[in-house]
Amino acid sequence: MKFSVLVSEGPYTHEAADTAYNFTKAALDKGHEIFRVFFYHDGVNNGTRLASPPQDDRNITARWTALAKEHDLDLVLCVAAAQRRGIADADEAKRNGKDADNIAEGFRISGLGQLIEAGIEADRLVTFGD
Amino acid sequence: MSDAKRFLYVNRKAPYGTIYALESLEVVLIGAAFEQDVSLAFLDDGVFELVKDQNTEELGVKNFSPTYKALGDYDVNKIYVEKESLEARGLTIDDLQHLTYEDEDDDWAEKDSIRVVTAAELAEIMEAQDIVLSF
Repeated sequence: MKFSVLVSEGPYTHEAADTAYNFTKAALDKGHEIFRVFFYHDGVNNGTRLASPPQDDRNITARWTALAKEHDLDLVLCVAAAQRRGIADADEAKRNGKDADNIAEGFRISGLGQLIEAGIEADRLVTFGD
Repeated sequence: MSDAKRFLYVNRKAPYGTIYALESLEVVLIGAAFEQDVSLAFLDDGVFELVKDQNTEELGVKNFSPTYKALGDYDVNKIYVEKESLEARGLTIDDLQHLTYEDEDDDWAEKDSIRVVTAAELAEIMEAQDIVLSF
């Protein structure tokens, strides 16, 4: 089956961010296709490379980056949500006059249309949020 | 349009206090460009999103409620409000904004977008969807 995943909550505060990852990994391990993982609301905070969680805990962002590399996953952060919350790639940082970017490897920033497309193209859109 | 999917946006939270209501509306407006079959549902505290004459001056938060008036222009004209949620909060449809659209199949007659439905009816509406996005 072809799935799309919507992640609506930020890392560490909400288990939804972990469950989204676990679902995505399990689906891939079972041979399903993940069309896209879309991060919205505080979910965009899953895509910052500047987070430094304690070493004896999971690193949620690094986990996504590794999974994306292994399976050529499309990890998309909503641009409007990312701008509000200070998540930027090099282009966004430049466009908004910021002195740094912080997007993690394997993620990209794009528009909400990518969420709608994810719903249209997949057999199921699965939401992880509160 | 025949292969359009049925999208239902479920709004369950008060308009201010969290960002979900505003960011839900942003998805609806962007999604309208994709020519899918779009419906909105308002239930629980989400019914407060449509209350008319909102004033957020003292909150220091932008009042985005006038934007709902634009939904008709985006061909978003199936707006369901749950009867039980209104009643539990002492609201009636008269407390809500009057949202309308022009029906192109009926000589552009102005029609009401909001329909008050029971929880049971809303369950059937949800059952008929391809995509349910809950905010």
